[in-house]
Amino acid sequence: MNFWKSALVGAAIALLSSTASYAAKTDLTLGIVLEPPHLDPTAGAAAAIDEVVYANIFEGLTRIGSKGEVLPALAESWTLSDDGKIYTFKLHKDVKFHDGTTFDAEDVKFSLDRARSDKSTNAQKGLFAAIDTVDVIDPLTVKVTLKQPNGDFLYNMGWGDAVIVAPESAETNKEKPIGTGPFKFDSWAKGSQIVISKNSDYWGAPAALEKATFRVIPDPAAATAALMAGDVQAFPVFPSYETIAQFQADPRFKVVIGTTEGETVLGMNNKKPPFDNLKVRQAIAHAIDRKALIDGAMFGLGTPIGSFFPPHHPAYIDLTAETAYDPELSKKLLTEAGQADGFKTTLKLPPPVYARRGGEIIAAELREIGIEAEIIPLEWAQWLEQVFKGKDYDMTIVSHTEPNDLNIFARDDYYFNYDNPAFKDLIKQIEATSDAEQRMELYQQAQKILATDVPAAFLFQLPKTGIWDAKIEGLWENGPIQANDLTAVKWAD
Amino acid sequence: MLSYASKRILIGIVTLLAASILVFAVLEVVPGDPARLMLGMNATEDAVRTLQEQMGLNQPLVVRYLRWLGGLLTGDLGRSYTYSVPVISLIIERVAVSLPLALISLILSTAIAIPVGLFSAARRGTFCDTVTMGVAQVGVAIPNFWFALLLVYVFAVTLRLVPAGGFPGWNTGLWPGLKSLILPSVALALPQAAILARVTRSALLDVLGEDYIRTARAKGLTHRKVLYGHALRNALIPVLTILGLQFAFLLAGTIIIENVFYLPGLGRLVFQAITQRDLIVVEGVVMVLVAAVIFVNLLVDLSYAIIDPRLRSRS
Amino acid sequence: MNASTAWHENLSKALANRSFLVGLIITSLLALMAALSFVWTPYGVGTFDIIGKLKPPSAAHWLGTDHFGRDILSMIMVGSRNSIAVAFVSVVIGMGLGVPLGLWAAARGGVTDELLMRFNDLVFAFPALLSAVMITAVFGPGAINAIIAIGIFNIPVFARVARGAALSLWPREYILAARASGKGAARITVEHILPNVANLLVVQGTIQFSLGILAEAGLSYVGLGSQPPMPSWGRMLFEAQTMISLAPHMALFAGLAIVITVLGLNLLGDGLRDVLDPKLRRER
Repeated sequence: MNFWKSALVGAAIALLSSTASYAAKTDLTLGIVLEPPHLDPTAGAAAAIDEVVYANIFEGLTRIGSKGEVLPALAESWTLSDDGKIYTFKLHKDVKFHDGTTFDAEDVKFSLDRARSDKSTNAQKGLFAAIDTVDVIDPLTVKVTLKQPNGDFLYNMGWGDAVIVAPESAETNKEKPIGTGPFKFDSWAKGSQIVISKNSDYWGAPAALEKATFRVIPDPAAATAALMAGDVQAFPVFPSYETIAQFQADPRFKVVIGTTEGETVLGMNNKKPPFDNLKVRQAIAHAIDRKALIDGAMFGLGTPIGSFFPPHHPAYIDLTAETAYDPELSKKLLTEAGQADGFKTTLKLPPPVYARRGGEIIAAELREIGIEAEIIPLEWAQWLEQVFKGKDYDMTIVSHTEPNDLNIFARDDYYFNYDNPAFKDLIKQIEATSDAEQRMELYQQAQKILATDVPAAFLFQLPKTGIWDAKIEGLWENGPIQANDLTAVKWAD
Repeated sequence: MLSYASKRILIGIVTLLAASILVFAVLEVVPGDPARLMLGMNATEDAVRTLQEQMGLNQPLVVRYLRWLGGLLTGDLGRSYTYSVPVISLIIERVAVSLPLALISLILSTAIAIPVGLFSAARRGTFCDTVTMGVAQVGVAIPNFWFALLLVYVFAVTLRLVPAGGFPGWNTGLWPGLKSLILPSVALALPQAAILARVTRSALLDVLGEDYIRTARAKGLTHRKVLYGHALRNALIPVLTILGLQFAFLLAGTIIIENVFYLPGLGRLVFQAITQRDLIVVEGVVMVLVAAVIFVNLLVDLSYAIIDPRLRSRS
Repeated sequence: MNASTAWHENLSKALANRSFLVGLIITSLLALMAALSFVWTPYGVGTFDIIGKLKPPSAAHWLGTDHFGRDILSMIMVGSRNSIAVAFVSVVIGMGLGVPLGLWAAARGGVTDELLMRFNDLVFAFPALLSAVMITAVFGPGAINAIIAIGIFNIPVFARVARGAALSLWPREYILAARASGKGAARITVEHILPNVANLLVVQGTIQFSLGILAEAGLSYVGLGSQPPMPSWGRMLFEAQTMISLAPHMALFAGLAIVITVLGLNLLGDGLRDVLDPKLRRER
């Protein structure tokens, strides 16, 4: 029973050492819904990792800005060879990691090679697939040679999974992250909070905040109370849609409904009867009332989508009319498909509230046209195993939050089991095209194919519901990637 | 006494061992791959495989069990898959929330129940007794998580006296920490107090009906002295039994209540670890909880023997 | 004693017992409500009315509507079926396996008895909810798995009650006489022991039934019980939690349904105990 004793001693020490001193204005407590499993963005897919460390602790060669644009970060500039295959990055000088070791081209080579090696456990290994070799030219110059030209390479290098780490600390970053960013890691009380503080040796423009605390509050009621009481001053991704109205009415708070890259879809198993029949898929899509869905599951927040493309993107076209709500048409389509009496099927739902509530509504709507969908709730681990990897499902609801992910419908072996050679060609063309206008045209073609082919029923774009103290400036309004970039955040006087 | 104690201890150890096999076997068949979960939807197959190897998930079941059991004996519960810290340190952090919560609730429910039980027993059959026991009867029927919701609505949402949930950490001071434990412990304690009050009352009434109490009354001792002196002491055995059972119940209760109030205790740790397929953490926490229940039951068994020596020979 | 006189005596005792009477009325009303829900509810529970969501109680919706605009009274009515079914089947599992185990252990004694006791220790060492969490982690959430989780916990409860009562009967004279006349242990158990412990088991069954209702609500509340579209009281409370500041009525009525049901069953159990076996009064 030794550990009971140490637990008691620990509690006693904690009780005695009261340290409640809050110098206002240079510290900030942010609420986050999910606790990161660890703090190494190069070894895990959890968005919660990036929400704490991205741009704050770790930096990459490039970074993604608040509008989704690619900005220089550790690389101050770069050149691209005429054949589009060789990037030469010029690095910032006098950059140090938080443990005092110097950052140079060797660290870049180490990080990129590590991420794409056989032993790599990088969750986005695909980002590095285009790289052929990484060469150190001199301590401040790195040459990256690609296998073929890649229009997305600079964007890919801005992901949290592509940040630069040092060989000295790479193995311990999960517990004690060492990066080059404007903030350094302070402490982590598991299950409760993570504290980062200003890095006074930062190479770039110093952060305005001295200290930032990320407090884990998964519960909507607790989140509401914490904001109201001022225990937490910002909730960049507020967990409950139902209580937003309460904050909108309160002048102390700023409520920002932004957009994310999360296209929420009703995924269907395109190879499994009866979903291999286009008419059945169309019937299902026409049976869904997107407005009722958004009102019921999202309390009115979220933009309807008719294809797999974010509405804030310049190339977006509104195709919701292609699959407008029309249960009569659905019944007709089912009859044409030889399913006049409807059928029984399953709907596997991952944990998020959009899926669980949305699933109940969609199941009720499908019942109206004769389709009996049994709801099967799954945890993420089971969802990944059964639906995503095993493709053992009929229908599912999930939000695809990765940016720039139109190409998932062109992947072989992806869980939709959708196989359309014309669409695959189109995606290949897009990847090889760098002319902006041409790309725009191709993107629109791709959206139209998906809207008419209905490999999944497209529901709505997930909103980013941010609430923070009205005196805070510089927090991101939208979520081009899942991050809380605090470099420009400050309190207004 | 000694042989009775050593038999109980031996039984406790065997139960623990059986529990460890059971826990390991059950969790082994839980579907879902922790490595894939950590790497998410875009991960490549070989990245997942590499991580599985790093986590030691590809070794045979028996090897992993024996290694885990060996660790248990030396106080090493392994390393968390997701947090990659020793499981024991995670548990200690969480016990600092769960244990105070369970203890405060236990003290609170005892402090309410025993006086109420005495009060009712002393006024057996009167209007006061009927009303008190009626309230207790309702209290037994109230699910603690619903009671918790009502408390949150009244004291946190409407009156804003206490936080609706979450835990600031003991490092923010004693009071903020205790403050966030008030509602949870009241929610846990009151339904338990209702049960305990009923048991206390009926135990007292049973004892009061026995011969030696009548003798004591006949000897001229006051009602008061009999009630507090003789009866209460002898009524302690059933009360203690229920307290022992309640401790197990409170530990389980904390699992739900911690989820209502989002307290970072053992209960939430278990839930989180299961959803993250951090099975080694689940195994560790379950074993700690099971060990706690066995330990407390052992204490209760042993204290029977101290209170009532007659019991020693019986078992 | 003549069987029908005993029955009459019990009945008149029962009707004079306040707990029993109140408990019986509440429980019967519950059963009626559940039965009625098969043929009639004020509104359907499968049709959503998003525009009319979260409405407080009114003439049209006596208990208001939930976050999908469903009628809460109808949800509670249909939900009672779920609670009753889960609790009932768990009691049947507990009795069906626990009672034979307990009686067998009492009849055999020795190692068998010791093993049963150790099995009980093992099951009781797991806080009930914890084993439920593990079971549902393996099989996934759902009404069936809630039944298994609660049922497993019921087995040692019934085994213990049956064993304890049987042990006290074995030394009785009429049992000894039956043994002397050459009846085997199994036959004695069925013919003499079982009828004499039946009363106790009925009382314990009522208690476990009410605990089962509470346990099912708890499991559904944490998302491990029955799944949509089947309405469930516990899940209604879970859904009410995030809306508590918007629509407190959602949390209120589903909770009251649980409290009244459990209260009714507990009163019935207490009353039955008093009526069937006065010696057992006040022991638990």
